[in-house]
Amino acid sequence: MARLNTADSQTVIHVEGLRTSFGKQVIHEQLDLEVRRGEILGVVGGSGTGKSVLMRSIIGLKMPDAGVVEVFGEPMIGREEYEAKQVRKRWGVMFQGGALFSTLTVAENVQVPLREYYPQIDTELLDEIAAYKVAMSGLPADAGPKYPSELSGGMRKRAGLARALALDPQLLFLDEPTAGLDPIGAAAFDELILDLQKTLGLTVFLITHDLDTLYAICDRVAVLADQRVIAVGTIPELLALDHPWIQEYFNGPRGRAAADATQRAEVKETGE
Amino acid sequence: MNAPADFEFEKGSLRFTGELTLVNIGDLPQRLAALGEAPRSIDLSAVDRIDTVGAWLVHRLIRDHGAELVGADDDVTHLVEQLEAADKPFKVRPDASPPFVRVLREIGDATSVTFHSFVGLVGFFGATLIGLWGLVSHPKRFRYNAVARQFEVVGVKALAIIGLMSFLIGIVIAQQGSVQLRQFGAEVFAVNLIGRITLRELGVLMTAIMVAGRSGSAFAAQLGSMKLAEEVDAMRTIGVSPMEALILPRVLATVVLMPLLGFYAAIIAIVGGGIFCWIDLDIPPITYIQRIREVVPLTDLWVGLVKAPIFGLLIAICGCYQGMQVEGNAEEVGLRTTASVVQAIFLVIVLDAVFAVFFSSIGWI
Repeated sequence: MARLNTADSQTVIHVEGLRTSFGKQVIHEQLDLEVRRGEILGVVGGSGTGKSVLMRSIIGLKMPDAGVVEVFGEPMIGREEYEAKQVRKRWGVMFQGGALFSTLTVAENVQVPLREYYPQIDTELLDEIAAYKVAMSGLPADAGPKYPSELSGGMRKRAGLARALALDPQLLFLDEPTAGLDPIGAAAFDELILDLQKTLGLTVFLITHDLDTLYAICDRVAVLADQRVIAVGTIPELLALDHPWIQEYFNGPRGRAAADATQRAEVKETGE
Repeated sequence: MNAPADFEFEKGSLRFTGELTLVNIGDLPQRLAALGEAPRSIDLSAVDRIDTVGAWLVHRLIRDHGAELVGADDDVTHLVEQLEAADKPFKVRPDASPPFVRVLREIGDATSVTFHSFVGLVGFFGATLIGLWGLVSHPKRFRYNAVARQFEVVGVKALAIIGLMSFLIGIVIAQQGSVQLRQFGAEVFAVNLIGRITLRELGVLMTAIMVAGRSGSAFAAQLGSMKLAEEVDAMRTIGVSPMEALILPRVLATVVLMPLLGFYAAIIAIVGGGIFCWIDLDIPPITYIQRIREVVPLTDLWVGLVKAPIFGLLIAICGCYQGMQVEGNAEEVGLRTTASVVQAIFLVIVLDAVFAVFFSSIGWI
């Protein structure tokens, strides 16, 4: 029977004993993390705890000082460039500001990875693929021929997502997808990610500050503090822990508001 | 595992096998297009995996031929349905206009941009004069620290590079001049060449080009990024005039320093030329200096020094004007910086030509 193009291994990302630093400033020390197949893992932490650095270490943009990084069961550190490329094809990354190529239109941006890896695909199919990816990312049909400078911040993020999805990845990295969006736009983006994750069977590594996103779509949450991941679990599991930062984060006024909103939404759904 | 996508076609029933994914798609789209007969049903039961590209091909067959989908579980059916929902009329590239129209439009755009930036530049010059008048009538508002800082950045820090450049230019003039003049046995006249051309023209002109590239561009980039970060707006709300705090110090520093730098450049070029004459033409330094004093009229020095502050004003105004025009995104900063340098150097050379004709016609030859 046909199944979706999901990852083979149970553990999609495996990080062990990671150490990264900038000069004398150590960002991570003995950091361990595991991301399982098909889950949305939220990564939270105060400013400067190295959330983005962790992502960059996993996707190979920052060389760690020590440790093991495995993606899809393949070690990623010290690999030959061409071997790493084979693994890189299987993930998509969405950067904070979208990181779209400013000289290309939205549709051409989506086609860049396809043209790079699959030159045999003809233009007609390429255009169709770009079209449905853009539409699936929730952009209007007239966004295709526009340049990034003509788009709003929210649309740029959606276009960035469309490009991240271009190669039909099994794993998706999202760096603060809802930062800078209005609450309605952010909620719509959450919905979109959840929907895509279900439709495509994706595994998602999601860095966020947005408590609503955590409650709404994350299966598990990893908390970064003291240079490592101090806890991973569902939000109720984390709440049971007695760490001051976690307590303050989830039980602060904003944390409670987000929790209440989730509860209200659940009540509405079940009709009680 | 990893079986390439394939299909069997029998009696109107299309049966896909292998992995219907982007990685394994191969030439499947072409082979599907070459299919003679329209399929009535599509069987996915033998497919290993499917992703959006595979599902899109399936959707296309369903859309074009009205085929029926069989052997797909809920997940895959859902995926195909999602793609159907995403199938909307879509444009990938902007509409292209005919080349003739495009050329016309670009000429028109360039003309209008040139005109507007010239008018804007004149307006900005006026605003600077008004700001300067405000400063003259309220001398207490003069910002000594900001001006001193610009003196350092525009002048002191430029000494090394301008000195090196002028030294080399002096050597080049002496060398080229002596090679050409030797044909007439007149290589000693290289001294006249060095003294007159550096003091009259090249000292100030090369300095202006260097200052435009070094400081004019820096003005545009600094002010541009300050505008992007809304620093300029913040200044205005606090009640600090950007004209007095940012633009006038830069303009004043450049206007005052250009003659000094130009004179310094000319002297260093004369030194460079002198060293070459000493080594290659055996003209000792004392004789060289004497000759320079004899052959260079004082008017040459005035010609150079009169031009310098005006060039400085042009450079500073171009840089600050372009910087203050930045709006929108970071890309604009780069474009405006380039524009400021191009504009400044162009205007400097145009004005230099005007001066050359003017001074010759008043008899300062």
